[in-house]
Amino acid sequence: MNSNQNSTFDVVVAGGGPAGMAAACAAAGTSRVAILDENPELGGQIWRNSVHALESPLAQQWRRKIDERNITFLAGHRIFAAPERGLLHAEGPDGFSEIRYNHLILATGAREQFLPFPGWTLRGVTGAGGLQALVKSGLTVANKRIVLAGSGPLLLAVAAYLQQHGAHVLAICEQASLSRLAGFSLALLTHPGKIAEGLRYRGALSQVPYKPGWWPIMAHGRKGQLRAVTISNGHRQIEISCDLLACGFHLVPNLELPALLGCEITDHGVSVNALQQTSIPGVYCAGESTGIGGLEKSLIEGEIAGLASSGQYERAQALRFKRSHALRFATEMRRAFALREELRHLCQPDTLVCRCEDIPYERLNGHTSWRAAKLHTRCGMGPCQGRVCGSAAHFLFGWQANSIRPPVLPVQVGTLAGTRTIPHTNHSLQ
Amino acid sequence: MPELISLRINHRLVQVAYGTSVAAALMQQEAGCRISVTGETRGPLCGMGICYECRVTINGVPDRLSCRIPCAEGMAVRTDE
Repeated sequence: MNSNQNSTFDVVVAGGGPAGMAAACAAAGTSRVAILDENPELGGQIWRNSVHALESPLAQQWRRKIDERNITFLAGHRIFAAPERGLLHAEGPDGFSEIRYNHLILATGAREQFLPFPGWTLRGVTGAGGLQALVKSGLTVANKRIVLAGSGPLLLAVAAYLQQHGAHVLAICEQASLSRLAGFSLALLTHPGKIAEGLRYRGALSQVPYKPGWWPIMAHGRKGQLRAVTISNGHRQIEISCDLLACGFHLVPNLELPALLGCEITDHGVSVNALQQTSIPGVYCAGESTGIGGLEKSLIEGEIAGLASSGQYERAQALRFKRSHALRFATEMRRAFALREELRHLCQPDTLVCRCEDIPYERLNGHTSWRAAKLHTRCGMGPCQGRVCGSAAHFLFGWQANSIRPPVLPVQVGTLAGTRTIPHTNHSLQ
Repeated sequence: MPELISLRINHRLVQVAYGTSVAAALMQQEAGCRISVTGETRGPLCGMGICYECRVTINGVPDRLSCRIPCAEGMAVRTDE
């Protein structure tokens, strides 16, 4: 799309991962649909294309479905403002664009939860999904010694992936205790597909120690580069020499855009009803952004949102049992991988919490709110806009990151300048 | 095998496979990306364009997110030093 072009769609889907793709396909039969995504390709993080190719058959199947339908894909578009109902401002490869919609489906997905601990800013300490993304984009891990630590099913998926690419995965440290995981395994009996998935990883990882109830307490380095990690189970400590430490403490939903639009948000994500409608009329939400729940939940919620937003209510309602099944799984998973109390106490006084502004724990401890901490320390006011430290601070101190102001992302000055030239006369829509 | 691309990282000639991101190329060399406010050298963290740790100067333009930019023939990458 050209810059400054004004485009109108019946349904705009923000986010091109599984939920967004399912939503767009469901709506495309009857409506003019566009998907916007920051990335150059559809698929989100889970179906991110790899330079090594070999994509999952399910991802290929969904890409074909999108191709067969008349869906506009606006690649490389970052939405940074929503100045009025029915209007989005985005920055794309060709500059600024205005995008108008009748219905908006938010499928903004999730990112990794990072937690600060001494040494986590060393080079060679990455996210778990982060390391997988880097390998997909060409990083070679053959013969690298890697420790995975954190929480959630993603650790297993990433470990299997790294192993396939020749890495020596030395350990997978899952902070959740064995008893919690055992409860989750029982819950899986009602989700046979998940068991098959688990067994596949288990098979691929039969040589790798899986350590429930262990977590990282310190990363050690030389000249800023990681050399080893110390892990603990609360009683014992083990130091493991490694080249890379991939840490992800499960996922947190991307809520910046829903918050910017004024959608009601609870502890787990955006509030929606059984038709995926948010508190804002005409705005739907689907997938990880309504609460972390995995691929099945994303696909079913996306389909419901797509059907409902294009007026196909009966077909949407027919999916309610599948939806509640997926939601039950999400609840079980949340319980099993809830972060343990000990992780709140990993920081030393000088451990950096905000990596953009280098704000240590001791300067944050004692503030009463995220807002106060930001004003007094600049925590969360660097380029990442609190995307890393915001959810960490929420976990460490219990603060809510409650104020989102446009632009929600750093944008080129020219893009912001471009927005001023466009008159906003359509206030009657409100 | 994928074709190779030649680029310069801090004036050193490096060859990578086609499709490799600048962040992956930098990590391969154990090169840092940026120097933080208090002087730490940092490398990529999130791999997906959220953390802004992998910022480098590419072809003279500062603060580019190297995890989102594929290496290109003749590209000049400069990290903070």
